[in-house]
Amino acid sequence: MCGIIGVIDRKRALMDGSSIRDALSLMNERGSGEGAGYAAYGIYPDYQDCYAIHVFFDNLVEPKSRVEEMLHKWGRIVHQEAIPTYEQDGLKKSHIPWRYFFKPYSDLMAGSTTPEDDVMKYIVMETNSNIQGALIFSSGKNMGVFKASGWPEDVANFYRIEDYKGYIWLAHNRYPTNTPGWWGGAHPFNLLDWAVVHNGEITSYGTNRRYVESNGYTCSMFTDTEVVAYLFDLLGRRHGLPEDIVVKALAPPFWDEIDNMPEKEQELNHAIRLTYGPALMNGPFAIVVATHEGIVGFTDRIKLRPLVIGENGNRLYISSEEAAIRVMDPEVQNIHMPRAGEPVIGRLNI
Amino acid sequence: MEKVEIDAKGMHYTPLNEMIREAVRNGAKEIILDNVIGQRFIADGLKADVTIRINGVAGGDLGMFMNGPTCIVNGNCDHAPGNTMDGGTIVIHGSAGDAAAHSMRGGKLFVKNNIGYRGGIHMKQYEEERKPVLVVGGSSHAFLGEYMAGGLILVLGIGQEDPAKDRGIGSGIHGGMIVIRGEVKDELLGVGARKAEFGEKELEMITPYVEEFCKYFDTEPSGLLDMNYTCIVPASTRPFAGKYTWE
Repeated sequence: MCGIIGVIDRKRALMDGSSIRDALSLMNERGSGEGAGYAAYGIYPDYQDCYAIHVFFDNLVEPKSRVEEMLHKWGRIVHQEAIPTYEQDGLKKSHIPWRYFFKPYSDLMAGSTTPEDDVMKYIVMETNSNIQGALIFSSGKNMGVFKASGWPEDVANFYRIEDYKGYIWLAHNRYPTNTPGWWGGAHPFNLLDWAVVHNGEITSYGTNRRYVESNGYTCSMFTDTEVVAYLFDLLGRRHGLPEDIVVKALAPPFWDEIDNMPEKEQELNHAIRLTYGPALMNGPFAIVVATHEGIVGFTDRIKLRPLVIGENGNRLYISSEEAAIRVMDPEVQNIHMPRAGEPVIGRLNI
Repeated sequence: MEKVEIDAKGMHYTPLNEMIREAVRNGAKEIILDNVIGQRFIADGLKADVTIRINGVAGGDLGMFMNGPTCIVNGNCDHAPGNTMDGGTIVIHGSAGDAAAHSMRGGKLFVKNNIGYRGGIHMKQYEEERKPVLVVGGSSHAFLGEYMAGGLILVLGIGQEDPAKDRGIGSGIHGGMIVIRGEVKDELLGVGARKAEFGEKELEMITPYVEEFCKYFDTEPSGLLDMNYTCIVPASTRPFAGKYTWE
């Protein structure tokens, strides 16, 4: 179980977080009160050129000074503050959410076509594996993740999610199964521009983890979804593949289906499966991934988890349940279910 | 108290189901639920002679373990309507999610439009007297009738070129029958499923269900009562004999 919902306004009209909170709460049955979270794009226009780094600190002494020592080495902190939070009866504050707006020095990373991103990625990996008491859970530009252990409405009210306005929102209600519920294990998972929400299990986690770790990522969140964010960063950003091809690598057609395709398509699908075998994800999953340019939703190849799509003008909704979409938008049109492994893509159109 | 109206707006499914049960105890014959939005488990375990009209989107497991009532949904349904239903009728004026008629062991489920994946998974029956029936007006997706042990699945494909779109039809089927409008490609059959002849006897068997479907959705049955169907049945009663055990 787990409940997911995502929305994009293709013309970049901003939505505050109150309606996605209500939509996620409708799916409370899909969670267990041990994790919920939200990601929003377009929320920091005053700092849109900076990486917005969200960190969970266990205290503001040791871990914070170690993180800042690293940030000062690699760039400039433009602004920092505690992320405003508001006490909720049903939520225990286990960490202190903090944010930095940060500009990396782009001349410090050799051999990279996206040096600032690689500096940022390095800082995230270093912090999360080596600095005790600090966890960077959000590191994109003009976007942010807000998550904690609790029910969807408590987590939303803890951060007053209605105070943020974004043109893309993702939200997730967690039902932890294989790993404990903790703040870092709540979704969305994020690296740089990528944010991921996921319902299901990645049973190929071991293979996928070895693959991303051999490419310079470190898994530190004790749960499977993390690898999806790193796979999208590796294939989407570093290898430059478009979203539909990334989805084809992660949830490819079966070999017998490929055998029945026209020759050119066969060749492409063969190449993807052979090149990206270790990126193939097995197990039940429904996933929505976002970047600042759009969202993509897809399920595993035999569709062991639900996914429903709805549209209304410039808005595209992707969710586990139709009713959740209707809570956000009672006038929603064209409700339908995508086929297994079929990517549903909503891109900005401006 | 023959007719009861309940506004389900913003209501959790537990008080909603308590109100339905109370109305039934007080002798209601018709219950109208307005503004339903995703409430799960509606009419679950209910044993009564009552018609429940659901206006909105019904949540998962509508009519689970239900025995007797008629549920009419004016909207779509989430996952598994008719889950392990014993008896009664569900009529959906829309589409249903994955695993429609999951483990259904009696009664009838009519879906006007489409169903998701794994429709009729593990339906079962007790001889002829307790035979569940799933009728789909539009199309179905992969693993239709997976592990099916009994009952009938009928996919009419109205307005569809390809009523059963995906692979694995009747994967692990060991009882019951799947009838699909038009041709079905061999490669779409699952392990343990085979095609059988669709003859006069089969047409006679499906005719009352086609007529009942058309009555609910105000359609003309004549165009649907011909021999243009594919019949899918178990290749054996033990499709996985020898797979997990040795004899």
